[in-house]
Amino acid sequence: MSSKVIHAFYNDDDVLMHAVKKVKAAKFHIEEVYCPFPVHGLDKAMGLAPTRLAIMSFMYGCIGLAVAITMMNYMMIQDWPQDIGGKPSFSYLENMPAFVPIMFELTVFFAAHLMVITFYMRSKLWPFKEAENPDVRTTDDHFLMEIEIHDNEAELKELLLSTGAVEINITEK
Amino acid sequence: MYTFSNRLKIASIILMVVGALGVGVGFVSMPSNVEEAKAMVASHDDGHGSDHGAETMHATEGEHGAATAAEAHDSSHDEHLLHQLQNRPWSALYVAAFFFMMLALGTLAFYAIQRAAQAGWSPLLFRVMEGITSYIVPGGIIVFVILVLSTMHLNHLFVWMDPEVVAEDKLLQGKAGYLNPTFFLIRAAIYLAIWIGYREYSRKLSLRQDESSDNSNFVKNFRVSAAFLVLFLISESMMSWDWIMSVDPHWFSTLFGWYVFASMFVSGITVIALVTIYLKSRGFLPEVNNSHLHDLAKFMFGISIFWTYLWFSQFMLIWYSNIPEEVTYFVTRIADYKLAFFGMVAMNFLFPVLILMNSDFKRMNWFIVMAGVVILCGHYIDIFNMIMPSTVGDQWYIGIPEIGAVLLFAGLFIFWIFRAMTKAAMQPKRNPFIEESKHFHY
Repeated sequence: MSSKVIHAFYNDDDVLMHAVKKVKAAKFHIEEVYCPFPVHGLDKAMGLAPTRLAIMSFMYGCIGLAVAITMMNYMMIQDWPQDIGGKPSFSYLENMPAFVPIMFELTVFFAAHLMVITFYMRSKLWPFKEAENPDVRTTDDHFLMEIEIHDNEAELKELLLSTGAVEINITEK
Repeated sequence: MYTFSNRLKIASIILMVVGALGVGVGFVSMPSNVEEAKAMVASHDDGHGSDHGAETMHATEGEHGAATAAEAHDSSHDEHLLHQLQNRPWSALYVAAFFFMMLALGTLAFYAIQRAAQAGWSPLLFRVMEGITSYIVPGGIIVFVILVLSTMHLNHLFVWMDPEVVAEDKLLQGKAGYLNPTFFLIRAAIYLAIWIGYREYSRKLSLRQDESSDNSNFVKNFRVSAAFLVLFLISESMMSWDWIMSVDPHWFSTLFGWYVFASMFVSGITVIALVTIYLKSRGFLPEVNNSHLHDLAKFMFGISIFWTYLWFSQFMLIWYSNIPEEVTYFVTRIADYKLAFFGMVAMNFLFPVLILMNSDFKRMNWFIVMAGVVILCGHYIDIFNMIMPSTVGDQWYIGIPEIGAVLLFAGLFIFWIFRAMTKAAMQPKRNPFIEESKHFHY
């Protein structure tokens, strides 16, 4: 099924914010907003759910800590408990201060890298990915709001023009 | 304008009276001679086994020497025990006095940083901070008086002040150029002059800015705060060598000044957050929103980690190299203060990190209060762990003298800071950043 979408262009982030609020108030579903830079508070105005990336990062950090502890407990305490410079390798706890730098670094390493990879996967970003930009100007100085049309083209157009759109295009998607 | 509620005033006075009684009990029950000290330890043995270490150590050492040597050692051991028990009420008083002074000093450092950094979010809280820092005057003077009493040989907190000890100790003789009572008191007076001088001057400029028609007082306050921060870091570092590290004059650590600073900084920020929450709940800070609290909680969280970083750096470097002249510091702490020593890491690190990691929790008053109370208790134990092992050794206990001293200074602290807050409007009027601060939103 082919559907038509309306592309409203704005050239100011304040105007865009007001437009988003107005469109939301008129109960239209905003498909997407394309911006050249992060607009503070746009996600709230659009009513997007908060990100759970931080929660994932915390869990990845816990995994990293577990990996570090398991690894060093196996290598230094279980597998071959050598006397290296008089360090007590009788139990993990006894020699723990020496392991803390590694525990810390692995926690940070896992938390950071897995979170970044999660971000790439969730936002579908990878090398050679085809850009999804509807208009090249949105990477430079224009903001674009995309709304799907359901036999209400004239009404939508009027509303968007009243919010200060500088250009309105209708395209097949 | 803040009005000091009668209930809080009465509560603080009750705290002071009860605390003073506790401190009094501590001093009255202090043994005055060796026999009393031995009797105290013997009676304590039934209750708990905190002095087992000393007894067994003494027993094994006694076996090595001849009978006469053992006897001589016995009497010197008794003398040592007497001094430890006599030190207990003094140390309890000193730890509490220092802890509450340090709350004001940490707040003062935070305040100066906010001024020097021209922070846009904090001007609404300046009057709260100025109220808290007002305690530096009585608190600093009380610590100074305790130090003067120490130099007058009324207690044995600082062994290097005892000429008989120094006469037999080559190491202390070597340090006498720095660690001698006169120079010690002169330095203490200089630190206090810097802190009190800045506090009073900055407060004066802050009040004058409200009435003036230009920003010259604000600019002057910015400059004096930047200058103070330089002097503060020097004086704070030296203060930590003088007032804390020198109770253990055979030991030294290079990052000790930072470590003490982190402890006072995080406690100071915690006090700001707690006082702000209290005042807001009473309706005196209508413009403060939960973003301000969120920022304070972020600082509590971050500086708690910073404190742990320094605690661990100091501990791990000494543990790892295990050089006998350094490691005794931690050997005595782990042997006699195991729960206090590691419990404090849980209270100052694990608890706040897990509680204050969530951004939503940092906006909720009861989470901040809960984390704040644990942080403050944890940092009291931190100071306790710095002073007690060198002054009372294994004769420590958190009993009437310790709790009494905390209550006494807590009462004085509450009374003094809230009284200071009644003296000026709770919101600065003409601060150039006050509008930004009112609309601060994170």
